[in-house]
Amino acid sequence: MTQFELIGKKSRTGETVRKTATYILLSIWALIVLFPFYWMVLTSLKSYSAYNSEYVPKLYTTAPTLQNYTDAFTAVPLARYFGNTLIFTLVTTAVMLVVTVLAAYAFARLRFRGRNLLFTLFLALMMIPNELVIITNFVTITDWNMRNTFAGLILPSVTSVFYIYLLKESFEQVPEELYKAAKVDGTSDLKYLTRVMIPICQPTIVTIVILKVIECWNSYVWPRLITDDAAYFLVSNGIQEIRENGFGRENIPAMMAAVVVISVPLIILFLVFHKKIMAGVSRGGTKGA
Amino acid sequence: MDKTERKAWLYLLPAMIFLGIFMVYPLFDVMVYSVEEGYNSASQTFRGVGLYNYAYVLRDPYFLQALKNTFILVIITVPVSTGIALLISVGLNSITRLKELFQTIFFLPYVTNTLAVGLVFMILFKKTPYSDGFVNLIIHFFGGSTVDFIEGPYWAKMCVMCFYTVWIVLPFKILILTSALASVDPDLYKAARVDGASKGRIFRKITLPMISPMIFYLIITGFIGAFKAYSDEVAIFGTNLNAAGMNTIVGFVYDMLYGDSGGYPSYAAAAALILFVIVLTITVINLLVRRKNSVIS
Repeated sequence: MTQFELIGKKSRTGETVRKTATYILLSIWALIVLFPFYWMVLTSLKSYSAYNSEYVPKLYTTAPTLQNYTDAFTAVPLARYFGNTLIFTLVTTAVMLVVTVLAAYAFARLRFRGRNLLFTLFLALMMIPNELVIITNFVTITDWNMRNTFAGLILPSVTSVFYIYLLKESFEQVPEELYKAAKVDGTSDLKYLTRVMIPICQPTIVTIVILKVIECWNSYVWPRLITDDAAYFLVSNGIQEIRENGFGRENIPAMMAAVVVISVPLIILFLVFHKKIMAGVSRGGTKGA
Repeated sequence: MDKTERKAWLYLLPAMIFLGIFMVYPLFDVMVYSVEEGYNSASQTFRGVGLYNYAYVLRDPYFLQALKNTFILVIITVPVSTGIALLISVGLNSITRLKELFQTIFFLPYVTNTLAVGLVFMILFKKTPYSDGFVNLIIHFFGGSTVDFIEGPYWAKMCVMCFYTVWIVLPFKILILTSALASVDPDLYKAARVDGASKGRIFRKITLPMISPMIFYLIITGFIGAFKAYSDEVAIFGTNLNAAGMNTIVGFVYDMLYGDSGGYPSYAAAAALILFVIVLTITVINLLVRRKNSVIS
């Protein structure tokens, strides 16, 4: 074996070792990510007595039961929390879409005095943290007697400067000639917006909708402030309520069944749209530290 | 005002109304609240104007505890999560088989309900009379002594809090870093390899400088996000964070506003503004450090 071949062989072994180490590292993290999901499904399938008799928790179950799921829907108003969240998510997203599309269209296509100044002011609003304005919003909604109503939940959540910005950028990609041609044909702005702009910019709109749906489904702080009547709880508050007063603190399997039910819609949404969601988030979604 | 102009304002009207009521007005209002001394939310009257609310908040032991918790959380989770994210992204970028599967799995925590999954973490870490819990089982297996991570000693609770935070924030960081790594011009690597540069050297001299803007972006958003930590803590320790000794600054704000300890919007406003100043200061320091570094290199 020549010197050259020897070096080649050595570096190939190094390469294999490196590859293996990489796969091991990635698999370990994948395991850490997936394990809590496995654990919640597993626990939700164990019966109450089986779970509580396991001093050393088992990693599998031999007698799966769906009893906990029945309990989750009968012993606590999980279906109601679920319905509330669905209404909240759909209405908030729909209103947000209308408000955002209109504003983005005005910034992208309509000429008016002070447009750039106003847009800069809008962008400046992105720096205001939610924690700062939530205090007054809480007082405002309380003053309007909108606590424990859907209006109170929805109204402060319908505008997003970031989405206006994202849509405006997208609208500006559409050639201006199309707009001029439409104007010559006497098409109204609203018709042009709904027939031309929105279909062309559909990918951005879908991204925004998905991000907003995720945000709504997971929102906790505002709903907690504004609702103390369980009839208006969203799933996040519902799960907290279940934890503190629900099945009795020790009925962990039933809690896990509720957790599974709450998590499933978003996980399905994610599995179907994972490419779109990941692309959308990397374009500027932020979450946490 | 001509017709298009009127139309433009009409299109902007809904957004401006909502932003005006729920963003712009509150911004000024919160400053007013923070200087109204002895504000009574029932009668909507106050004694006078001054900085008493700030002084009160800064002396409140619950606030100081929250401040301490938040700083520890920030100092631990930002470097740790950025480091792990970098490690995983470099790993992801070096493989082709199963890459997409791993990417999808790693992103999963982003779309989950924090409150719901936090409950699972609570159960994994909790030690009850009936069971030591899964994590303690592993610790026991490796010869350690078991501990209640949820209602036990302070450092144990802090561990869980940091671990869960890292688990929750990694998807975003991995996603950003993976796409940053993928966008580095491959010609640079080819040129370096022709010059016989070692892998470590290539990483330090090419990869890191090329993705440093993104790392920097993640550090800033990481700082901001960690300073605002709240829901993740509720998810694990329950709504009474003061009792658990695990409150955060944001948690303190909400406690002052609402609930059993609530009804003090002035204290809440002062605490929120203190938080805002801290976050702003750290962001500015970050920006200055960044500018200084880029001048040197």
